[in-house]
Amino acid sequence: MMDAYWLAIIFIGLMGLSVLVYAILDGYDLGVGILLPMGEADEAQRDTMIASIGPFWDANETWLVLAVGIMLIAFPAAHSVVLFHLYIPVAIMLIGLIMRGVAFDFRAKAAVDHKLAWDRTFKAGSLLTTLAQGYMLGLYVMGFEASLSAHLFALLSGLGVTLAYSYIGAAWLIMKTEGELQKRAVTWAKLSGRLCFIGVLAVCIVNPMVNPGVFDRWFDFPLVMFVLLIPALCFAAFLFNDLLLKRLPKVNDRHCWLPFLLVVAIFILCFSALAFSFFPDVVPGQMSIWQAASAPESLTVILIGALVVVPVILAYTAFSYWVFRGKASSLNYH
Amino acid sequence: MLDALILSRIQFAANISFHILFPTITIAMCWFLVFFKIRHDMTGNPIWMRAYRFWVKVFALSFALGVVSGITMSFQFGTNWPGFMETVGNIAGPLLGYEVLTAFFLEATFLGIMLFGIKRVPNKVHTFATILVAIGTSLSAFWILALDSWMQTPAGFEMRDGVAYPTDWFAIVFNPSFPYRLSHMLLASGLTASFFIAGISAYRILKGDTKKAPRLSLKVALIVAAILAPTQALVGDFHGLNTLEHQPAKIAAIEGIWHTERGAPLLLFALPDQQNKTNHYEIGIPNLASLILTHELDGELKGLNEFAGEHPPVAPVFWSFRVMVGLGLLMLGLSWFACYHFYRRKGLPAWLLKVLVATTFSGWLATLAGWYVTEIGRQPWLVTGILKTQDAVTSLPPSKVGFSLTLYLIVYAFLLYAYTRTVFLMARKAIKVEEFETLEPQADGNLSHVSNPQTTHEGSH
Ligand code: HDD
Ligand code: HEM
Ligand code: HEM
Repeated sequence: MMDAYWLAIIFIGLMGLSVLVYAILDGYDLGVGILLPMGEADEAQRDTMIASIGPFWDANETWLVLAVGIMLIAFPAAHSVVLFHLYIPVAIMLIGLIMRGVAFDFRAKAAVDHKLAWDRTFKAGSLLTTLAQGYMLGLYVMGFEASLSAHLFALLSGLGVTLAYSYIGAAWLIMKTEGELQKRAVTWAKLSGRLCFIGVLAVCIVNPMVNPGVFDRWFDFPLVMFVLLIPALCFAAFLFNDLLLKRLPKVNDRHCWLPFLLVVAIFILCFSALAFSFFPDVVPGQMSIWQAASAPESLTVILIGALVVVPVILAYTAFSYWVFRGKASSLNYH
Repeated sequence: MLDALILSRIQFAANISFHILFPTITIAMCWFLVFFKIRHDMTGNPIWMRAYRFWVKVFALSFALGVVSGITMSFQFGTNWPGFMETVGNIAGPLLGYEVLTAFFLEATFLGIMLFGIKRVPNKVHTFATILVAIGTSLSAFWILALDSWMQTPAGFEMRDGVAYPTDWFAIVFNPSFPYRLSHMLLASGLTASFFIAGISAYRILKGDTKKAPRLSLKVALIVAAILAPTQALVGDFHGLNTLEHQPAKIAAIEGIWHTERGAPLLLFALPDQQNKTNHYEIGIPNLASLILTHELDGELKGLNEFAGEHPPVAPVFWSFRVMVGLGLLMLGLSWFACYHFYRRKGLPAWLLKVLVATTFSGWLATLAGWYVTEIGRQPWLVTGILKTQDAVTSLPPSKVGFSLTLYLIVYAFLLYAYTRTVFLMARKAIKVEEFETLEPQADGNLSHVSNPQTTHEGSH
C-alpha cells in the first residue's frame, strides 16, 4: 500500500487531468453547439456541424463523470462541500447536458417540422451548460463566498468559459469542415478568440486581487521568473493564433489543424495557472487535499485499476479519432 | 411539511426510476443487435441488416437518454446524500470508479464507431465495436449492481469510527445477494427489450407493413422472451430465498405477514393496514407462502412484529411485488402462446398482435415494480445495518431541493412523452419508406431528407 501523502497527490493529479481533458473535449463540442447558426437557410451547415461531433460527444462527456467520480472516490469530504455550495448551478448544468444530449438524437429522428425546435434545444442546452460551468468555476475560485462581488465574478467567469468553449469549438470546425462553413468558423474563431483573451486577462487581474494568497504565490521571488512563463506563453499563443486566423483558409487547406492545437495549448496553460494558484487546496482556502482524502486502501485499489485501464482508454480513444479523421461532411450515420 | 429528506428521496426515486427505463432497454437490445449483425455477416441475408438498421436507431435514441440521465445520477450522491459517501465512500467509491473506467468509456467510445463508422471501418471491426458496446453496457450493470447489492447485504468490510473500511474486495463485490440480483436484472433487461421489440414490430405489421424485417424481429423477440420468462421466475424464486436469509423484514413485507406464523398463506390480494398491523380483505392460498419459502407446508415465517420500528412500509412493497410477479406470469403466458402460434400457424392473429402492442412497455412496469420492492423493502436502512436513509441526507434548505426536483420532473415528463412518441413515429416512417432502412446513410444522421411526400405529411401531426 502506498502512503497517504503521495496517494492524495496522485489523485489530485488524475482529477486535474480529467477536468482538463473534459474541458478540451466537451469544450469543443459544447462550443459547436453554442455556435449553431439558427437561420432558416443554415440547416445544411447545422447538419455538418453536428455531424462533426457526432461520434465523440458521448465519450467526451464521460470525462466529466470520471472527474466527479475521482472527486467522490478520492476526496469525499471535498465532494460534499463543493456540491453543497454548487447545488443549483449543478442542477442547471445537468438540465443543460440533458437537453443537449437528447436533442442530438431527436433532431435526426423526430418529425421534420420539429427538427428546428430540437436544434434550438441543442443550442440552448449547450449554452446553459457552459454558463453554469463557468459560473461554478467562478464560485469555486472565490472559495464559495456568498458576497455580491463573488457572484458578479462568477457571472463574468460564466461568460468567459462560454467564450473559451466557443473559441475551441470554432477551431475544431476549422479543422473538420470546408468551404463556406469553414470560412464562417474562421470569423467565429477570430471574434471569440479576442473576447476570450480579454476575459482571461480580466481573471488574471481579479483573481490575485481578491485572493491575497494567490498574489503572494505568483509574485514570490525566484519562482516568479519561472511561472511568469505561463502567462507569457499564453499571450503568445493568442497573438499567434489571431495572426494565423487572418490567413486562413489557405490553399490545400494547409494549417487548418493549427488553430485547434493552439487553443488546446491555451486551455492547458490557463488550467496550469489555476492549478498553480490553488494547489494543494481542493476547496480554496478551506480544505487541503490531505484533509479531504479517503482511505489509502480504497485509493490503492482504484489506482491499480486506473494504471491498467487508463492507457487502454487513451488507446481506443485515439483509435476512434483516427477512424473519424478528415472532414466531417463525409461522415455516415448507422 | 416537505423537508429535505422527503424531497431528496422523491428526487432520487424520480431520477433513478427515469434512468433505469433506458438501461433496461439498451443492455439487452445491444445483444439483439449483435445477434442481427452476426446473422447478417454469416448468411448475407439483407433482412437481418434491415432489422439491424431499424433497431440501431431506436437503440441510439434510448442510449442517449440513458447517458444523460446517468450523468444526473452520478451527481446525486454528492448533492443530496453526502452522508452516504462519508460513511461508505471507501467501498462505494472504487465500485463506481471501476464502472466509469471499465464500462462507460468503453461503451461511449465504441458507440461512436458502431453508429457512425459502418462505412469507415471494415465490417469485422464494426461487428466487433457492436460487441464491445454490448459488453460495456453489461459491465456497467455488473458494477452498479455490485454496489446496490452491497448496500442490501454488506460484506467484506469493518467499521472504524463510524466509517466503513474495505477488508476483502472479493467479498464486497460478490456479496450474498449480488449473483441473484445481477442475473435477475439482466434477465429483466432481456424481457423488457424482447417485449419492446415485439410490441413495435407488431405495431408495424398491424399498420400495414408488408416487409419481412419486422416479422423476423417479432419472431426473434418472442422466442427470446419465451426462454427468458420461465428462467426469470426461477431466478426470482431463488432471489427471494436469499432475501429471506439476509433481509427477513423485506420478505415479511412482501408476504404481508404481520405476526410470525407457521403455515403462512400466499396472499393474492389484501389491503395492508400499517396502523392496526393487520390486513383487510385477505384472499390467499393456505400454506403456500411457507411452502415456497421454507419448502415445508408448516414452515415458520418471521412476521413484521419481530422488527418493530425497523421495517419498511408494507403496502408499497406488498403491491409492487404483486405487480412484478403478475407481469412476469403474463409475459410467460403471452410469449409461450405466441410462439405456439408461430409454430403451428406461421403467423399471429391480429388480436394477438394488438395485445403485444399493448404490452410494449410491460417490461418497464415490471422492472420499476421490482426495484421498488428491493429499495423500499430496504428502508429504513440505506445500507443495511450501517446507515439509515435519514442520516445520510443533505442539510440543504428544502427550497433548493424542491427547485431542482421541479426542474427534473418537468424535463423527465417531457422526455418520456417525446421518447415514446418518437419511437412509434419511427415505426410509422419505416412502414411508408423502405429507404428508412436501406437508403444510403446521410451525413448528419438525418433521416428526414427522404423526398417522399407521405413522409413529410407523416411528420406534421
Ligand atoms: C442495471 C443497470 C444499471 C443501473 C442499476 C444503473 N445504471 Fe447507469 N447506466 C447503465 C446501467 C445501469 C448503462 C446500461 O450502462 C447505461 C444506460 C445507457 C447507457 O448509455 O449506459 C448507463 C449510463 C450511466 C451513465 C452515463 C455513462 C456514459 O456517459 O456513457 C452514468 C454516469 C450512470 N449510468 C450512472 C449510474 C448511477 C450513479 C446509478 C445508480 C445510482 C446507475 N447508473 C444505475
Ligand atoms: C436502477 C434501478 C433502481 C431503482 C428503480 C431504484 C429505486 C429506488 C427507489 C424507488 C427508492 C426510494 C425508496 C424510498 O425512499 O422509499 C430508492 C432509494 C435509494 N436507492 Fe435505489 N433504485 C435503483 C438502484 C439503485 C442503485 C444502483 C443504487 C446505488 C448505487 C441505489 C441507491 C439508492 C439510495 C442511495 C436510495 C436512498 C434514497 C431514498 O431512500 O430515496 N439505488 N431507490
Ligand atoms: C415471475 C416471477 C418473479 C419472481 C418470483 C421475482 C422475484 C423477485 C424478488 C424476490 C425480488 C426482490 C429481491 C430483493 O430485493 O431482495 C425481485 C426484484 C426485482 N425484480 Fe423480480 N421476480 C419475478 C419477475 C420479474 C420480472 C418479469 C421482472 C422484469 C421484467 C423483474 C424485475 C425485477 C427487478 C428489476 C428487481 C430489482 C432488482 C433485483 O433485486 O434484482 N422480476 N424479484
